[in-house]
Order: sequence, then structure tokens, then C-alpha cells
Amino acid sequence: MSTNNTTPVSVAAAPHVDYHHHEEPSFWRKYVFSPDHKVIGIQYGLTALFFLFFGFTLMMIMRWQLAYPEKAIPALQFVIPIAVIGLILLFLSKFKPSITMLMGFVFLGMAALVSYLTSGEERMPGGVMLPEFYNQLGAMHGTIMVFLGVVPLAVGAFGNYIMPLQIGAPDMAFPKLNMTSYWVYFIGGVTMLASFFVPGGAANSGWTSYAPLSVIATTGQTLWLIGMVFLITSSLLGSVNFIVTIIQLRAKGLTFMRLPFFVWAQFVTSFLLLLAFPPLEAAGVLQLMDRIAGTSFFMPAGLVVSGQQLPYTGGGSPLLWQHLFWFLAHPEVYVLILPALGIVAEIIANNSRKPLWGYKSLVFAVIFLGFMSFIVWAHHMFLTGMGTAISAFFQTTTMIISIPSVIILSVLFISLYGASLRFNTPMLFALAFLPMFGIGGLTGLPLGLAASDIPLHDTYYVIGHFHYVVAPGTIFGLFAGIYYWFPKFTGKAMNEKLGKIHFWGSFVCMNFIFFPMLIQGLAGVSRRLYDGGQQYAHAQGVLHLNEVTSVAAWVMALFQIVFIINLFLTLRKKEKVGDNYWEATTLEWSATTSPPLAHGNFATVPEVYRGPYEYSVPGHSKDYTPQNELVKA
Amino acid sequence: MEIPYTVTARPETGLFNAKAGIWLFLASEVMLFGALFTTYILLRIGAPEWPHGELDIPLATLNTAVLITSSITMVMSWASLMMKDFKKYRIYMGATFLLGVVFLVIKAFEYGHHFGIGELPNKSTFLGIYFTMTGLHGLHVVGGMIVNAYFWGPGSKMWKTQPERFTNRVEVAGLYWHFVDLVWIFLFPVLYLL
Amino acid sequence: METANPQEIKKHVRTYITVFVALLTLTIITVTVSYLHLNIPAAITVALLIATIKGSLVASYFMHLISEKKIIYATLVLTAVFFIALMWLPIFHHANPVIYKNVP
Repeated sequence: MSTNNTTPVSVAAAPHVDYHHHEEPSFWRKYVFSPDHKVIGIQYGLTALFFLFFGFTLMMIMRWQLAYPEKAIPALQFVIPIAVIGLILLFLSKFKPSITMLMGFVFLGMAALVSYLTSGEERMPGGVMLPEFYNQLGAMHGTIMVFLGVVPLAVGAFGNYIMPLQIGAPDMAFPKLNMTSYWVYFIGGVTMLASFFVPGGAANSGWTSYAPLSVIATTGQTLWLIGMVFLITSSLLGSVNFIVTIIQLRAKGLTFMRLPFFVWAQFVTSFLLLLAFPPLEAAGVLQLMDRIAGTSFFMPAGLVVSGQQLPYTGGGSPLLWQHLFWFLAHPEVYVLILPALGIVAEIIANNSRKPLWGYKSLVFAVIFLGFMSFIVWAHHMFLTGMGTAISAFFQTTTMIISIPSVIILSVLFISLYGASLRFNTPMLFALAFLPMFGIGGLTGLPLGLAASDIPLHDTYYVIGHFHYVVAPGTIFGLFAGIYYWFPKFTGKAMNEKLGKIHFWGSFVCMNFIFFPMLIQGLAGVSRRLYDGGQQYAHAQGVLHLNEVTSVAAWVMALFQIVFIINLFLTLRKKEKVGDNYWEATTLEWSATTSPPLAHGNFATVPEVYRGPYEYSVPGHSKDYTPQNELVKA
Repeated sequence: MEIPYTVTARPETGLFNAKAGIWLFLASEVMLFGALFTTYILLRIGAPEWPHGELDIPLATLNTAVLITSSITMVMSWASLMMKDFKKYRIYMGATFLLGVVFLVIKAFEYGHHFGIGELPNKSTFLGIYFTMTGLHGLHVVGGMIVNAYFWGPGSKMWKTQPERFTNRVEVAGLYWHFVDLVWIFLFPVLYLL
Repeated sequence: METANPQEIKKHVRTYITVFVALLTLTIITVTVSYLHLNIPAAITVALLIATIKGSLVASYFMHLISEKKIIYATLVLTAVFFIALMWLPIFHHANPVIYKNVP
């Protein structure tokens, strides 16, 4: 049959279309629609940092309301500092096109956005916040921090930039798909921001969007759902890419048991995203149908709002939304924490100058953790009146999942034993991560047991608990990563003095923000109260803590300005540091330049001969042995 | 440096990248439709009664046949490429696309009929889940048709330069298309027959 | 299917046609059974059994799962485990005494 003679074969040698052209690509191809994982990583990083800062600003506005309820907000005190940062960046850039200039304009834009949010009759009549607007801020703070800030920074930015370098790959397995993931994420982010401008404002049903309230909420909720569908799609494409890259593109000799722990963390994280996100996408589609087509998937019959019967036939179940939501959102918690754990493990190994104690335990613990995270979701729902048998099941799995978490933390603590530590900025953040994550984890135990969860459910204790995990936990891990890999991204090291100011300031403020929340929660103060609990007798004794928390949050913002200035001052520096600034063993430091080559990362394909953390090997001339170094016996 | 294993398989895994990728993607699709099926079961168990015979079984049976046929033409188009017969590939791939069109047209008739007699998604839980599941499946069909049309038309130029890579791409597109067929195989009894 | 010669492919093609015929036959059977109006548990069992057989045929032969690589099996087994977890959701939901009492 094969009469068709159009078959020149020898395919292995056939040129790959995009990668061989070495002439300079156009501006758009190089910086905007670049398929290069390093550019995409930086795009993710900058966008995510913007959203983190914006989400933080929303929270600072909320904190005013909680500390001084019913008092007019001094809007300019929020707008001016942001505008000043923008102007400083513009001056730093000397108005030449650069990342600094772009971010200068972005901060000016953010200042405009914040001034819009802190004014207007439908949000703040006379400068006093309406309860409805407080709800919008709460919902959007959560959504932005989780889905637009932390995950894109931890996975999109660090995963994209570092993971291919650590496994010795020229790029991700599907570069164009990678680019698509970023832009889909970007569209999702823009949709979320746009929702502030529709009638009724942004989504206001909490980041969990519990039905039936979310189904009958204002238009913002529809945009929230559409934005979520974009973000989920982006995450799915990204996770497929990550897993294929790790499975297929590891350098020669880099077996799974020689992978740096950061790669393992990204690997497990990607599986969580891949398999846990689709149910939420389905749930999002169902809620969109409820809102747009008038179906009743989450609507029981006979709902009456303000004396009016709702036009839903009923037959649906609000609990179904909770089940589908938490089926994603519990694994999502581990998506938030695992990349940070990976970063911290890298930094601790590097700065303790000795191998991680129990690398294998760490790897198996993280795999087990990932697996278990799929079958604990209903511990968020003890209060819905689940039967005792189901409660018992989820309590048991929840207690089991704490075992691998403790193994991971123990491994990292024990790795410090007997080391002569280098206390540089990334190491300080990494060390602070350990006890902070520890507090976050231990305060979670009472929430995993139905008997103690029922009184604590939806109190500030819960807020304190998970913020200890993600704020001084994950965010510190991410800061550590930025300080640690900044020389890799740019070839320039960040200022240590400013870095330490940033660290100590943030560290102290974080605890002043979140510890009072635990106390308030134990006193029984509910979350999501727009006045911080003023109307409740049982809250009176702990109300003064609201002001402590708020002031600590604002002071912490000042320390973040130090970080931003440090970041962009460093970009302006002329002097470059060596390729392997921290004298590390992993491939991203030992096998390529800083920053790595634009095309294909490595001048020669690296080959791996040893495990990831061979520090201070007896008998070697230097205290680190890179993975790609072939040492003669 | 180019990305390795786009054409040949990595020895340890035995896979080229896109094949690993599509299977992971399909795994996530399993969870997506899984969530919808579980929703269906949950709503049905909770419902005091569940309608029977509201849907057009003969038309859906025909549609099942259409989709199964499109699956075999899809696999035949790949087999033709493996036998280096590009002309046959074009015929089979074209047929796959057209069968996709037929499927959607029949579906449109069904939808039109329901809309015509006022059976909108908001009328009952059953209609809601019916429209959501078949609608989402329909979107998947459309997505697959776009890919198939591309590999039938402009994308097939690759056959001249990199025949093996092109064959791989068609195989991957085929895996997706068969999955869409597979989902329908379950949707058909669950929505129409039970 | 890296190194399949035309001879082998022709053998495959014969398999595909057999599978195709089997799929059409099973479709007709399942539709016919549905007109018998069995009681609900029996109808569900038969319909899902036939659908599972059809699905396995498509997956095994059209999607070549019958001779696939280990890593794909591993991924699918993992997915199957979580899929089953997802299918327990109605049970978790309806084992809720509050729901049982309040919803007919």
C-alpha cells in the first residue's frame, strides 16, 4: 500500500523547528510570548508578586475596619505609599524600558485601583466601609492570595525556572504549552480584578464560595467562577508539563533517588494539581449553570430570601458544593506548602554544609503526604452534621496525615544538628519557616478532631492556624527562595543588610499578626465579622487584640517595602557574582552560568554521578561535590 | 539544544513526551467527568423520583454508533500513517471529522427539540445534569474536531519533513478522541437508558 | 507502537474491525435490554456492565492500553484510586443524619 513516496526518514536527526534558530528573536517573542521556561518563570514571578502585594493591601484595608469599626478610612495612607513605590521604581529605571519601569507603572496602577476601592458610595460611603464591601475584600483576599499569589509563585515561578535547571533539561517538555499556561493564568487574574468594577462589586461569598449564598450573589460571583475556570485550566496544563518534564527530561545519571528534594516537591505538587483540580472545575461549571441557566445543583427546594421565594426548582444540595470544593481545596493546602518545603530543604542542606539527614524518609514522606491529602477533605465539614462513622474515618485519616508532616519537619530539624550554619538571609527565612510551620501544623490538630473542631469551627482560631502555615510558613519559604535563587535569575546577589532587616521585621510582625488571632479564636470570636466581633459579649475581652493585629500588619507592610527596594536596587547593580554563588551541589548552580544560557540552559549536556546533597565529603578538597562532578578516586 | 524525546521514546520510560502528556491530561479528564458522574449519582439518590423516557433513545443510539464509527476511522487514520499511506490517512481523518459534525448535528436536533417543548435546564435537576454533562462532552467533541481538522489540513505538512513525529501527533490526537468516545459510552446508558 | 511493520499493523486493523463490530453489537444489546424495563438494580447492573465492557474495549484496543508502558499504568492506577474516592462522595453525603431527616 505504501506507494506514497514522500517519506524521508532518519527522524532522530530532523531539526526541531523552533529551537535551532539562534538569531535574535523579536521583542515580543523574547519577553512577552516567549516559550523559554526562564522568561515564563519570571513572568509568573512578577505577576504573582503583584498579586501577593495587592492581596496584602486588601487585607490591610480590612484590618482598618476591624481595628476601628465605623470610622472613616484614611484612604491616602494606603494609596500614597503604593504610588511612592511606583515613582521610586520609575526613577530607579531612569525611564528606560525595563522590568523596573514596568513594575513602576504596575504599582502606580495598583495605587489607582486601591484609591478606587477606598472610595465610592457603593463601597465606602463617607469613607466608612459597608459590610457588603468587607465581604468582597475577604473573599478576594483569600482567592487572590491562594490562587493568584502563592501557587503561581511557588509552582509557576520557582517550579518553572528552577526545576528544569535542577534536572539538567534544556527547557520544559512542552514550551508552547508552558507559555499558554501563563497567559491563561494572566487572563484569569485580569478577570478577577475586573470583577471589582461590575455592579455589586466582586465575589462576596468567601474564598470557599459556599452555596447557596454564592449562587444568589451579585455578578461578581459569575466573574469569580469564570476566573477560576481559567486559573484551573492554567494549573492543569502546567502540571501536565511539569510531570512530563520530570519523567522524561532528567539528565543522564539523574535517577529519581538523586533528584533534589525541590524537584520531588514539585512532582508531588503537580500530581495534586492534576487530579484534585478537575472536580473543582466541574463544581465551578455546575455553579455557573446554577447562576446562568437557573439549574438547582446546589439549591434545595423552598429557599426564601427577604420574604421572596427563589425561582429554583430545588432538588440540589448545598453540601455537594462543599464536598467538591474541599476535594480540591484540601490537596490545595499541600500545593501551597510542598514547594516551600522543597525550597527550605535545598537551602538548609546548602547552608548547613552537610547532607540532608534522611533524604529517603523525606521523599517517601512527601509521596505519602500527597496521597493521603486526597482522603482527608471532609475534616473541613465536621460541623455539617456528618454521621459519626464518616467523622471517625476522616479524623483517622487526618491524624495519619500528620505523621509524614512531622517526619518532614523532623528530618529538616535533625539536618541542622552538628552543622556549622551559615546565617545568610535565605537561611534565616528557611530556619524561621521550621517553627512557624510547626505552630501552624500543631494548631491544626484540634481542628482535625470533630470534638474540638466543632467549637473552634469558623472562629479566628482557624484563621490563625492556616495563616501560620501559609504566611510565616509558605511565604517565608518563598522569600527564602527569592533570596537564594536571585543570583541565579540575574547574576547579582541581593543586599544582605536590607535582607536581614526585611527578615527580622517580617518575623516579629508575623507573630504579632497571627498569634492574637489564635487567642481571639479560643475566646470564640467568629471569622468574617465585619466589625471584628464588637456586638458579641464574649468577644469584649479580646477586642483590643484587633488593633494589635492591624498595627502589626501595617508595620509589616513597611518591611515589605524594604524588600521591594532591595529587589530593584539589586537589579541596577553592575557587579556580578560567580556562577555558583552559594557553592551548591545541585545542577542549577554547578552546571550552568548565572543567569543560564537563553537557549537550552546548558552549554554542554550535564551528566550526573551522585546524589543531590554531597556536602563536606571526607577526603575532598572542597566542602561540596557537585552532582555533575566526576571525582577521581 | 533541542528538547529530547519529542520523536523517539526515552529508553527507561518507553514513551515520547506527548504520549506521557496526553495520558496525564486524560487522567485529569477522568477526574473532571468523575466529579460530574458523582454529582449525578448524589442528586439521583437524593431525588424523590427520577424521570424516565424523557430523552430520545433511538436518536442517541444512532449518535452512539456515529461516535463509535468515528473512533474506528480515527484509529484507521493512524494505522494508515503507520503503513505510510498518506492518502488513506486523509480519507480516514476527514471521515472522523465529518462524523464529529454528524454527532453534533444530531445533538443539536435533540437540544432543539427539548428547547422547543420548553424543557430547559432549569426545569428539573435531571434536565440540568443532562444538559451540563452532554454540553461539556459536546465541547470536548468540538475541541477534538478542531485538532483533527488541523492535522487533516495545515498540520499534515509535517508528514513531508518529520513523518514519525507526525504519526506520533496523530496517535496522541487519537487517544484524546477515543477518550471522548469512551465518556459517551458511559453517558449514554446513564442519561438515556437508566 | 514504535517499530511496527506493515504486516503487524494489518493484524491490528483486523482487531480494530472486530472491536468495532463488538461495540455496535453491545450498543444494540444495551438498548434492547432497556426496553425490557427490568427492575432498577438489575437495569443499572446490566447497563453499567455493558458500558464497562465497551469502555474497556475502546481503552484496550483503540487506545492500546492492552500493551502500554508501566508508567502509564501507574498513572492510571493512581487516578483510579482517586476516582473511586470521588465516587464515595454520595455515600459520605447521604450518610449525613441531618440531611436524612430534613430532605425527603
